[in-house]
Amino acid sequence: MGQTAPHVCGYLTERFSDDAFGSFAGYREAGGYETARHALNRMTPEEVIAVVKSSGLQGRGGASFPAGLKWSFMPTDDEGPSYLVCNADESEPGSFKDRLLMERGPHQLLEGLLIAAWAVGAETTFLYVRGEYAEAASVLARAIGEARAKGVLGPRALGSDFGHDVVLVRGAGAYICGEETGLLESLEGKKGQPRRKPPYPAQRGAFGRPTTVNNVETFCHVPHILKNGADWFRGIGTEQSPGTLLFGVSGHVVRPGLYELPLGTRLDEILFEYAGGVPGGRRVKGVIPGGISTPILPAGLLDVRMANEFLRERHTLLGTGGIMVMDETTCMVRVGCIASGFFRDESCGQCTQCREGTGWLDQLLHRLERGDGSDGDLALLGDVADKMEGGTICSFADAAAWPVQGLLRHFGDEFAGHVSARGCPLDQSFAL
Amino acid sequence: MVSTLVAQAPEATVLSDELRAAIDREIARFPEPRGALLAALRLVQDELGCIAPPTARAVAEIFGLHPAEVLEVLSFYNLFHTEPQGRHEVRVCTNLACSLRGARTLLRELEEHLGIRAGQTTPDGRVTLGHEECLGACGYAPMLRIGDRYHEELDGPAARALVDGLP
Repeated sequence: MGQTAPHVCGYLTERFSDDAFGSFAGYREAGGYETARHALNRMTPEEVIAVVKSSGLQGRGGASFPAGLKWSFMPTDDEGPSYLVCNADESEPGSFKDRLLMERGPHQLLEGLLIAAWAVGAETTFLYVRGEYAEAASVLARAIGEARAKGVLGPRALGSDFGHDVVLVRGAGAYICGEETGLLESLEGKKGQPRRKPPYPAQRGAFGRPTTVNNVETFCHVPHILKNGADWFRGIGTEQSPGTLLFGVSGHVVRPGLYELPLGTRLDEILFEYAGGVPGGRRVKGVIPGGISTPILPAGLLDVRMANEFLRERHTLLGTGGIMVMDETTCMVRVGCIASGFFRDESCGQCTQCREGTGWLDQLLHRLERGDGSDGDLALLGDVADKMEGGTICSFADAAAWPVQGLLRHFGDEFAGHVSARGCPLDQSFAL
Repeated sequence: MVSTLVAQAPEATVLSDELRAAIDREIARFPEPRGALLAALRLVQDELGCIAPPTARAVAEIFGLHPAEVLEVLSFYNLFHTEPQGRHEVRVCTNLACSLRGARTLLRELEEHLGIRAGQTTPDGRVTLGHEECLGACGYAPMLRIGDRYHEELDGPAARALVDGLP
């Protein structure tokens, strides 16, 4: 079912091409679950959190929030149940790493979940898998069954006094359920409309109880950090952004696919040296660095290290590490149309500036693409995008505005060219 | 309007004992019964092909919800259908990574080949064709899914052959 081995592997993916890695027996044979056994039997939750905090692990779901800090927000004096939630609702266009992490390494994920659950004191993990990811869900269901049968999960997980179970939950097709409070609503059987914060999930999360939510890849790093230590982890990547990231490279490149590389690897190195550059001898025109929400970089700004502290200087973000490459034939107005069409369809509709704004962006971009746009439309496009930012319940409206702002910042002349030429001057561009 | 139909559906569909039992097993997995609503809708759709208004009413009765509350959830998620689909659902990913590698041309070729537009079903009920947002296979574009199964790194002839091979 597709190509699953990354082109470049690191500690997360080095055994992806080995089928045994996906089975309980194969995972155990290579020492799997020993780190969790040690954590659950020999470490206090506070000690686990301290290691994760000092490792500097940041969330890999797009927001890069420090994971250990998030875990420390969970109340320690609460009597009732609390929960861990694994956000496996990967749906950021350009991102496909979590699917492969689940399909090829389900026990690596479960071990990370178990350690995190112990650290935050969660009696149950809800593993919320994107509805379309049928293969990942079936692999995980089998892995959870094996883990229960072997006493890894259950009333005495790995021989400890800690009882834990993982409940597999499937989504049903909605991008917004990747937003952590949208996900919690969906988990409760409702529309996935994000909640107002505060209260944050650690105070009031799933079913009204304290909850920690992290992304699939974030959990997968945890066993490696516990096993090798925070200093080992800090030795990889940059000072502010340690560890590897599973970069997904797509679009106009010779070798699209997954690349597990240290954070801080240069974007032009990933594009030209690892992914083989642009096919057909054509030149690169722009690169979206971290999934469709992150603002585009033009060809002249690709000499940047892939970590937020460097990308921010160029008005963009790491996001989920989904790198989308566009060659010189690409019409950037069409790129905008695809982004805006997506966000219009996926807006949950509860905030006005998002519900209306995504529709306006989409209409204006399509009008420009058809050659019916005016200078006034172009000005309005920027104005609408700017007014959508920062005023909504969740960051979806920002995510819809950023790609448009990035396109206008770097390719404003091309947009104006669509007005003056009354149509698209790029006759070799991909079809809309 | 579907919502009117749900409220006015004269009788709820009678769900089989097996389906009821499967829904009860889902409910037992959650701290609150309503958590199982999406799972229940999926089970019902898998068995009946879609969730028509009388079926939504039956699900509402199980969960103690107003039929409109079930419809609200049903219509929010892309994978639920209130009308019957073809025997095979063919969904082409048309987000950016796939479009850069020709997904929209491929979808158009399939439309011509099947003689229907995206969103329609062939007259014999064999294939429903549609486009979908990013399916998380950007590195293996263009791609489509048929039901639950992904087919990656396609071109026009390969996609047509896949569709022709569907019973």
